[in-house]
Amino acid sequence: MDAYVLDSHTYEHDEEGYLKNLADWNKELAQLIAKDEKIELTPEHWEVVNFLRDYYEEYQVAPAIRILVKAMKKTFGPEKGDQKYLYQLFPYGPAKQACKIAGLPKPTGCV
Amino acid sequence: MAQVKEPDRSEGELPDPLEIPDLVPGCMAASKPYVAAPEFQKPLGFPGELVENWQEKAIEKMAELRGKYRSFRVFLDACVKCGACTDKCHYFLGTGDPKNMPVARQDLLRQVYRRHFTLAGKYLPWLVGARDLTEEVLDDWYSYFHQCSQCRRCSVYCPYGIDTAEISMAGREIMDSIGKGQKYSNEIIGKVLSIGNNLGLPKKALKATLEGLEEEVLEETGVPVKFPLDEKGADILLVAPSADYFAEPHVAGLIGYAKVFHQAGVTWTISSYGTEAANFGMFIGSYENMREIALRIRKAALDLGVKRLVFGECGHAWRAAYSFLNTLAGPFDFLDQRYPIPQHICEFTYDLMQAGKLKFDKSKNEHIRLTFHDSCNIARGSRLGNMPGGQFEIPRAILKATCNHFHDMPADTIKEGTLCCGGGGGLLTDELIEIRKKGAQPRMRALQQVAEEHGVTHMAAMCAICKAQFSKVLPMYGFDMEAIVSVHQMVSNAIVLDRVEGASQESEGGEE
Repeated sequence: MDAYVLDSHTYEHDEEGYLKNLADWNKELAQLIAKDEKIELTPEHWEVVNFLRDYYEEYQVAPAIRILVKAMKKTFGPEKGDQKYLYQLFPYGPAKQACKIAGLPKPTGCV
Repeated sequence: MAQVKEPDRSEGELPDPLEIPDLVPGCMAASKPYVAAPEFQKPLGFPGELVENWQEKAIEKMAELRGKYRSFRVFLDACVKCGACTDKCHYFLGTGDPKNMPVARQDLLRQVYRRHFTLAGKYLPWLVGARDLTEEVLDDWYSYFHQCSQCRRCSVYCPYGIDTAEISMAGREIMDSIGKGQKYSNEIIGKVLSIGNNLGLPKKALKATLEGLEEEVLEETGVPVKFPLDEKGADILLVAPSADYFAEPHVAGLIGYAKVFHQAGVTWTISSYGTEAANFGMFIGSYENMREIALRIRKAALDLGVKRLVFGECGHAWRAAYSFLNTLAGPFDFLDQRYPIPQHICEFTYDLMQAGKLKFDKSKNEHIRLTFHDSCNIARGSRLGNMPGGQFEIPRAILKATCNHFHDMPADTIKEGTLCCGGGGGLLTDELIEIRKKGAQPRMRALQQVAEEHGVTHMAAMCAICKAQFSKVLPMYGFDMEAIVSVHQMVSNAIVLDRVEGASQESEGGEE
């Protein structure tokens, strides 16, 4: 099994880099996963990551893109509240790439 | 990997969508999806990993399929190698890999079938292209049966009607039975069986999403359009692909369905138990899993006491529903027999239009110059309405009613000859992005033509897979990711809503 290594701890992930154990996640690990994805985490990225984690804790699934967009709009204003802005932050798609960095499972299905 | 060589073209000349590429043998041999781990295999009734005597077991399974399905035998016996199918697969056109010619894909299974089930193959295998099932052959099966989106375009051109989709379904079924399943499809089927939908949306999340949509539509239109969940006694159970509750432009289509139901004055509901329209059991050729998924819809309809069943925009879901629902999970004698069982949301909307009950303000879509992508499982695997070709005409009639500018793509790339989006049949997974991109090339070239000739800006589709795939690959071909729209997104934009409160609670729309 593949794993991330951080301060001599190993954290297992699946073939695509999603953490196997959600409880393993911490902020340093998020930085490491983001680096693998070639993303430098800014406060805007963290806003998304934190929102995803809170939402997951409440609903056991990642939020619809629309819900995420709405949340971003509320926090950062209308110019940052659209799907395209989220794709600027997470080029491989806010749902999948941001979930990976947030330590959540990959959304499955026709998405 | 070797690339297809581009032929010389004069400046500004657009490539023909169906241009035959130079052959690049084996260039896609390394393209294969992740193998399903035991945790995804076992809940579906498959061995966790490759069994020790896998060759023997695979041949046993092949014998079982041969006995069970007449089509399996006919398709493997009937091919005369006429070559009509060779240039009909979008994955062949996009890659140039000869193993993506439909006949070659079939032959991967046929060579082993001949070795074991024909006289000549048993005694003179070299004479009839018969082969033992070696590890190398199994590798080819795993690669190339996952480079078929089961779109059935090739079968339209085969003089014998050989359906490569069924061959690749059988190939996957045999591989599942020996423990070599595909992660993407099997993980998803597991989620339907345990949670109720492909995405794994629990009731609480579904409820929150639907409430959010109610607020949003009310804010935008001032009309209280409802998105009911688990409402007992509603007239209609809507079964949509779960992507309609998650992704874009899918959600925009869902909003369209809700507005149409509102205008029809019918009561309707979504079920948190039988949420999913998609049926990935079909992709892996598993009758048992297909049936389990279909039975959830039956149970949901019974538990909620609905009278009608309406399916949302999902391509293979409609094939599974239109062609197989009754035999998988019927009889549906408890539903209102005056309506089609099941009915498609486009049929529902079209009937209302015919009855003069929907008004559209086309100016709301004035910024859009539109074309339509026929989804393969609707175009070739089913029908809409009660006239031949209804599956082509009904969506186009809806789109033309909502938008002033509509232009079809070249005739040999639409309707029964439509090209797959490149992501169907269980291929919509990230590790297959290269074959998805290349498989989309013929469709993207057809789109480039109407963009050039008619200034087309958007393409509508009525399939969750098509929508997700195009969102991903459109930018790779120079288009905007939001150039793909739902059919009912166009409806949603243009529909004129009545502002009467409570209009949606009357029974019977009378749209027939």
